[in-house]
Amino acid sequence: MNGLLAVADLSGDPRRRSHDRRMQQLLGGSAFMTIIISTLILFVLARGSIDFFRSIGWDFGVLRDSSKAPGWFPRRERFDLVTIVMGSVLMGSIAMLVAVPLGLGTAVYLSEFAPTRVRKILKPIVEVLAGIPSVIVGYFALKFIAPNIVDPIFSPNQSRNMVVAGLAIGVLVIPIMASISEDALRAVPSSLREASYGIGARKSTTTIRIVLPAAVSGIVAAFIIATSRAIGETMVAAMAGGRDGSGPRVLDPFKPGLTMTAAMTNAAGGTDQVNSGAPFQVLFFVGFLLFMMTMGLNVIGDRFVQRVRQQY
Amino acid sequence: MSESDSPQESVALGVGEDVSTSLAQEQQVRSDSTDLPIFAVRDLSVKYGEFRAVRDVTLDISEHEITAFIGPSGCGKTTVLRCLNRMNDFIDSAKVEGRIDYHGVDLYHEDVNPNEVRRRIGMVFQKPNPFPKSIFDNVAYGPRLTGGMSKVDLNDLVEQSLRRAALWDEVKDRLKASALGLSGGQQQRLCIARCIAVQPDVILMDEPCSALDPIATARIEDLMQEIKKDYTIIIVTHNMQQAARVSDRTAFFTTEMNTESDRRTGVLVEYDTTNKMFSVPSDERTEAYVTGRFG
Amino acid sequence: MAIVTDSQRSATRTQVRHAITQQKRHFPSIALSVSLLIAVTFTLLTLFSLLARIVTQAIPAFSERGVSFLSGTIGSEPDQVGIWPGLFGSFAIGIGVLLIAVPLGLGAAIYLEEYAAQNRLNRFVVINIRNLAGVPAVIYGVLGLIIFVGWLKPVTNGGTVVAAALTLAILVLPVVIITGMEAIRAVPMGLRDAGYGVGASRWEVTRDHVVPYAMPGILTGTVLALARALGEAAPLIMIGAITGLLPETSLSGKFTAIPMLIYSWSGRPDSSGGNIGWSNAAAGAGLVLLALVLVFNIIGIFLRNHFEAKRVGT
Repeated sequence: MNGLLAVADLSGDPRRRSHDRRMQQLLGGSAFMTIIISTLILFVLARGSIDFFRSIGWDFGVLRDSSKAPGWFPRRERFDLVTIVMGSVLMGSIAMLVAVPLGLGTAVYLSEFAPTRVRKILKPIVEVLAGIPSVIVGYFALKFIAPNIVDPIFSPNQSRNMVVAGLAIGVLVIPIMASISEDALRAVPSSLREASYGIGARKSTTTIRIVLPAAVSGIVAAFIIATSRAIGETMVAAMAGGRDGSGPRVLDPFKPGLTMTAAMTNAAGGTDQVNSGAPFQVLFFVGFLLFMMTMGLNVIGDRFVQRVRQQY
Repeated sequence: MSESDSPQESVALGVGEDVSTSLAQEQQVRSDSTDLPIFAVRDLSVKYGEFRAVRDVTLDISEHEITAFIGPSGCGKTTVLRCLNRMNDFIDSAKVEGRIDYHGVDLYHEDVNPNEVRRRIGMVFQKPNPFPKSIFDNVAYGPRLTGGMSKVDLNDLVEQSLRRAALWDEVKDRLKASALGLSGGQQQRLCIARCIAVQPDVILMDEPCSALDPIATARIEDLMQEIKKDYTIIIVTHNMQQAARVSDRTAFFTTEMNTESDRRTGVLVEYDTTNKMFSVPSDERTEAYVTGRFG
Repeated sequence: MAIVTDSQRSATRTQVRHAITQQKRHFPSIALSVSLLIAVTFTLLTLFSLLARIVTQAIPAFSERGVSFLSGTIGSEPDQVGIWPGLFGSFAIGIGVLLIAVPLGLGAAIYLEEYAAQNRLNRFVVINIRNLAGVPAVIYGVLGLIIFVGWLKPVTNGGTVVAAALTLAILVLPVVIITGMEAIRAVPMGLRDAGYGVGASRWEVTRDHVVPYAMPGILTGTVLALARALGEAAPLIMIGAITGLLPETSLSGKFTAIPMLIYSWSGRPDSSGGNIGWSNAAAGAGLVLLALVLVFNIIGIFLRNHFEAKRVGT
């Protein structure tokens, strides 16, 4: 009973076929949307930056204030970039001083030392910390870190200063540091640990000499990605950092300071609000710089994460 | 051989009207009988990227027979099998050269819809892979896709498919239970029932018993003999005794060193009736393999 | 073979027992354990004091004001304000995020895992999504300000809750896509094979098998995205959420959201008089926000368990 078929017999139900094609186009369209979003971000920032430079007559001198009291004073058309970049770097560094020991320590404890039962409780707690909105951490900085920790110990002139904001940003990025490092530590094959125990090494020796070096790419990735997050953090810096554009040039972290992110919120809706002209348009240029900085860090960090994946 | 048998009984599945009419229509097509084989494979080569997995396979497969593909690991037998219902489409790097005619139609013709091909050429996989649904929904899934079937007909179809797969008596009281609660052998028979329910013409089996114990394996082998009068079956197996027991014809594949890429490429060595392959093979590589001296 | 006396044998035994049972004080080991414990304790202490601070500060707002703290409107007296406009704004934003980011993100995740060929363009799309996930929230605010407040003014009516929802939906889109892709990648290949084996089309296999199987992971991602959207304030500042007076809430007028209230109120000085200061009002709003985020997490866990039970097919 052999028989011949025609191609048409195998072409299937045209309705199901075209439905399938339509769905593919729809789904592909949503994936392509993400490219459009990136393009729009770049376009908006670049166009705004050009508007800004046009407003200041392409006079790049204003970006480097060499007067006696340099600073970021948009309404007086003084845009000293060093002030806000230093503000971001300073607060970011303080944050990382908090986040690296606490985050990495928590990660090492969770992955190497904690009994399963403790781990099961501790891990969700770290995840809860990761989900706390940054305004709430900002509140915590203003109402707890400043009055109860920084003021009594260091008695700064103003309770809103870069140390307070930096510490709070540190609290915010602890979970990022902890979870990425922990993933890296857990990716280290247990055969490596067993080999070390097999020749009589202690747990501490194994952790420090074997596990940490094996996980170093992932820990570096955690550091870079957490740094990027710290520099991009807006609310805590705006609420607790003092928002003072004349500060950080002096390099005294107990003074109020201004980050790039806080400068952007000032320009859009805060104390510097004008909505047109150079004092407003500068937010696009700052945004562009911030975008480039964080993207650079993220790309490098991502590369380290991929390296961990390839290794094991 | 049974090639000259009269067209298969339209009541093969004994189900409701809709189903028998669609079977009757199918027979219209089939009744323009010629002596064409059901599959005519010509110079089939498959590449994965730069790597040539199998090359220059030419063979004809006859209807209502069980054809076994045997050979050592990496010889391309599964690759060839997956070409027969275009399951290789899902591997991005796979490139199929040569020609496969199914009832005289080039399977890789651009107007051919691979989903329709897979409806007619069903497949049972190495690991039993029931859907995480009820037993009933597993079997009914395929028929529901095309729609237009009454509830009564669907119930009949599910029952008949499960009966054909020798599973009905074991599951008839728990059709609504999860298919994942069945044993491995039962799951594999459920997969066969699910395949039968879409009323295919050919059933491809990719090492269907490799994950099963000997008793479950024996049941599947019996089942294959049962259903071969209605379906053409092609089975890939690692187990030579299984090939000898169940198949009418056997194709032996092996690997050959590829001079350009320094990697092994699969080739078809010999293809003949199973009797001849296991008693007087004409190629010494076949003989070495079936007598267990190599492989 | 040497002759070993009983006394010799017992001496060796004592030595060995001594060697393997003695706990030597090893300074680096102790130092490491202690510093790890300090790190963990500090992390926990931070979380605990944060929660304690919010709760204790929030108590006056709730005990003195009761329901009127939830239903009242914002204003200039700390013991008079309520968070209703913020609740309204946050609720609308949550709905908008669900309606926009979830279908779009899920669609993209399905496309990238199930349909897209392994080519350069698609690899670029994935890398781009990972980068978008790391873009600071304030930059999404700039995007929202220009696109949704500016260009799409006819649709959004300017800096409204609609513009806010669109902005935050774009912000959480990468989170939805990445978690969705992970969930879909975890679906066993055999399930797809089984679907294709009976002639299902790609879309049918996706709809009937892949998405249901991946549902727990997709839901977890959705909940995470929602929680993130509800907590963001920086983009809202950029698109002009207000903090002063808001007599009425609507989809087409000015808006605010709970994180904006916390931001604004916690910056105001507490006057010595009155039982409820701005910091109490801010903590009250903060407690509501934390509770919302927590509730979403619990809903997420509940749904995940529900779908996991379904996956087993009971």
